[in-house]
Amino acid sequence: MPDLPSPLLPANVQGWFRSRGWAPHPHQHAMVEAAAAGDSALLIAPTGGGKTLAGFLPSLIDLAERPREGLHTLYISPLKALAVDIQRNLEEPVAEMRLPIRTETRTGDTPESKRRRQRANPPHILMTTPESLALMIAYADAATIFRHLRCVIVDELHALAGTKRGDLLALGLARLAKLAPQARRVGLSATVAEPAQLLAWLSKTGQADGGDVRLVSGRAGASAEVEILTTRERLPWSGRMAMHALKEVYQRIRAHRTTLVFVNTRAQAELVFQELWRRNDDSLPIALHHGSLAAEQRRKVEAAMAAGKLRAVVATSSLDLGIDWAAVDLVVQIGAPKGASRLVQRIGRANHRLDEPSRALLVPANRFEVLECRAALDAVAAMSLDGERPRPGGLDVLAQHMLGMACAEPFRPDDLYDEVVRAAPYAGLPRDEFDDVLDFVATGGYALGNYERFHRLKLREDGRMAVAGPAVARQYRMNVGTITQEAMLRVRLSRGPVLGEVEEHFIQGLTPGDTFVFAGQLLKFLGIREMEAQVAKGGTGEPKVPAYAGGRLPLTTALADRVRAMLADPAQWPGLPEDVQEWLRLQRWRSVLPARDGLLVESFPKAGKRFLVVYAFEGRNAHQTLGMLLTRRMERMGCGPLGFVATDYVLAVWSLRTPKDMDGLFDQDMLGDDLEAWMDESSMLRRTFRNVALITGVIDRRHPGQEKSGRQVTFSSDLIYDVLRKHDPGHVLLRATRADAAGGLTDVRRLSDFLVRVKGRITHKDLDRISPLAVPVILEIGRERVDGSATDELLEQAAADLVAEAMPELASDGDSQGRLTL
Amino acid sequence: MTMDTTMTLRGAALAPDPSGALVWPAERTLVVADLHLEKGSAFAARGRMLPPYDTRATLGRLAELVERLAPERVICLGDSFHDRRAASRMEAGDVARLRDLTGRVTDWLWVTGNHDPEPPEGFGGRILDELALGPLTFRHEAVPGAVGELSGHLHPVAAVVVPGRRVRERCFAFDGVKLILPAFGAFAGGLNVLDPAVSGLLAARFEVHLLARGKVHRFPRSRLSPDRA
Repeated sequence: MPDLPSPLLPANVQGWFRSRGWAPHPHQHAMVEAAAAGDSALLIAPTGGGKTLAGFLPSLIDLAERPREGLHTLYISPLKALAVDIQRNLEEPVAEMRLPIRTETRTGDTPESKRRRQRANPPHILMTTPESLALMIAYADAATIFRHLRCVIVDELHALAGTKRGDLLALGLARLAKLAPQARRVGLSATVAEPAQLLAWLSKTGQADGGDVRLVSGRAGASAEVEILTTRERLPWSGRMAMHALKEVYQRIRAHRTTLVFVNTRAQAELVFQELWRRNDDSLPIALHHGSLAAEQRRKVEAAMAAGKLRAVVATSSLDLGIDWAAVDLVVQIGAPKGASRLVQRIGRANHRLDEPSRALLVPANRFEVLECRAALDAVAAMSLDGERPRPGGLDVLAQHMLGMACAEPFRPDDLYDEVVRAAPYAGLPRDEFDDVLDFVATGGYALGNYERFHRLKLREDGRMAVAGPAVARQYRMNVGTITQEAMLRVRLSRGPVLGEVEEHFIQGLTPGDTFVFAGQLLKFLGIREMEAQVAKGGTGEPKVPAYAGGRLPLTTALADRVRAMLADPAQWPGLPEDVQEWLRLQRWRSVLPARDGLLVESFPKAGKRFLVVYAFEGRNAHQTLGMLLTRRMERMGCGPLGFVATDYVLAVWSLRTPKDMDGLFDQDMLGDDLEAWMDESSMLRRTFRNVALITGVIDRRHPGQEKSGRQVTFSSDLIYDVLRKHDPGHVLLRATRADAAGGLTDVRRLSDFLVRVKGRITHKDLDRISPLAVPVILEIGRERVDGSATDELLEQAAADLVAEAMPELASDGDSQGRLTL
Repeated sequence: MTMDTTMTLRGAALAPDPSGALVWPAERTLVVADLHLEKGSAFAARGRMLPPYDTRATLGRLAELVERLAPERVICLGDSFHDRRAASRMEAGDVARLRDLTGRVTDWLWVTGNHDPEPPEGFGGRILDELALGPLTFRHEAVPGAVGELSGHLHPVAAVVVPGRRVRERCFAFDGVKLILPAFGAFAGGLNVLDPAVSGLLAARFEVHLLARGKVHRFPRSRLSPDRA
């Protein structure tokens, strides 16, 4: 690498690079130049390119040349652990360059005494999280603490932008721009489809063309060597656990130094981990890492990994971000990656030396996933990542921020509005919407004449809004943040340690004596005591695997489009496993292949019912919503719908009669009254409302140890939801709830695009029996009830029967494996 | 399937209504407990932004019952008003609504509770600390060992696990000699009947009449599931 001489690098910094035998990367120079010009900068680079150092370098140089007191640089990371890790990593160059720089972290775990000291005597560089920043700017002394601030670094920006945490942070940065107008912004991001969106996010104008942010691209690493596992076993028709392939995965682990095994859900992680250990005759050190394990356990695994003591870690997205492990030489993705960007991110976890290619292995769990893996691979090769339309910032997050700003000091609504619209997520926020939210924060926004005397904010005579009292500020501080999740229960080994946490609803479905797999062990549920699920080791019987809420991301639009294109174009098939090619050829013969831009709908009789299979490829969430809406409409058409099941790829509805008018069935007007009516009564909207209510402070978060036994004074958010729907349906809380639901679990936005796309392009095939392509979804019907309970094998027996029905010409007699031969 | 949910207490046949009210047909009497009127506004005054419509919602449900059943007597089992200043916070429309309601019933009785030891005057009806009517006694808080007693105060709820999910709803708790009514108010929380504060007042073998999905469902104690903590 050429040693670029730079007048911008002081001698001790250049000396440090030389002493390590390194030379600064061009993108590190570019970052220093941007800083010298006073510009903000967005650095887009793959993992391991010295990205973090590039972000900090200008601050180190500035402090080396002009040592001074006061908070100089604020570093914000989405993960507490990452903030701590970065602080540790930065201490080394700081010490070696003998720089007079103090670095510290501040997160939810920082003790109150240290926080107070940090406010009185801040370090030069502070590593923190979006939530801790929100708390800091909500104190009256925020202006003093941040007055010398020169730089704000936002790490993993791609993971924050477009989320509620990102909204909160964007609002926090808008406030910082007021407190410290001289401070530059630095964004560090993985490769993304739409850099313009991140430029806008980072700009102090909230616009992509603000002109105050330079785009710096890191050197692309050697391209990854990615392979799809061509299993010797038969490819399963459905299921998500990929148990058939774990023998081969284990052999790969043995052949590599350190392997990261990524799965999509925590339930998958548990099962895959168990299965790998069952095969682990060599007793290789294989560990497990997922979000509901105890923090202490996770840290142990991370430390062992860093020390090179592990041969493999089975992990969920809990390891998608952050900490670098140079030793990893293979990444295995079990199940389809669901999005090209995610795949790139995960592959990037291997081999953090840019000059060597990353090695990765994709393990599809079923036939549709083979198509999806292939499509993802093509997308990665073509460098085409998943772009998502930016969503407007959440009104609930804005409400929380307003309250925080009032805690800091009384504000004029006009001033706060001008400040807020400089945050990209709120750049398009109309003033009346802002006023509605402010009215909600101030008075509750409930249209009732004499209710104003009860409020959180009061209007002072000078036209400023101030908090109504110290209790309001206290309550704000207890409830800050946007991370809401289902209530979790600790899992404790009887008279032993805490193993981790699981969602409350899962535990509530258990009766004492039931067994389940958690933290890689078979556990017996004993009962609930003091907010903890008491468990014992062992037990017998079929385990119930934790069926966690969430965790399953839907297939992205871009990837779905590639899958459709591949299905429609036989020229692309030769790269696919023979099992899959056969399957597609049979589909073409028995029915028709779904066209890339149209919609294929098949109908056929089975077991006395009529099935309708919709090949929409819009992801599980959108299909779930479509299922609800189609069944409502079929009810009105007199078709007698009985049920439906949704996968990422297709939707199957069964009924007494097949609807005649397909164009009418899929008409866009289903997104009108039907959608409204369904959303109002669905429990999903109630869950969404609960999150909105938590973020806006209508109901309190429950903090550990605060739970009261005896009379519960907590208000059920359901009751509030019902009361509001009845009396104030346009309330800002309900608007925020609907906006969330449209993007998240219902994916209404995607469904709406879909209905427009297929209008007038519906192909209806009325068949006399099930088609080959319909087999996987029909198998799912049996799965839904036993979801996640490790019964893939049982289901495969059912598969054999269905396969024989779909393809009697081909299923060989007595072959219970359902293997096809031509 | 229709389940008989009538409870017989010292010879009096009492019918739980899915709304959470209790009907005593022989006496043309309707009993409700723990209305907690103006609870929302009490919390809002302390910065908890609860919507204020709870009073209207509670009165609306009560009015429907009075309309449907046309009782001659309504007994409110205490904690009808959330606090001493509840009446002064009540919106004018709600005041009128409540006055109209009490005016439509021959005998409206306010039993006092710990939240409303002195219920506001001027809404009509009579105020009593407790009431004996035929074989039955009506009071706010259950007295250990009392028989033929109807009370409120505890806001009982019960949870049952049915395959795949857990249902937790308000309920009547009944052991043959004592009956505890669920809270009728819109914003009332709940206490699991398996908590000693409730179960300790009842005989070992009690049953609940659970209010779920517009129906009353009867479960023995053995089918109930405790809350965490």
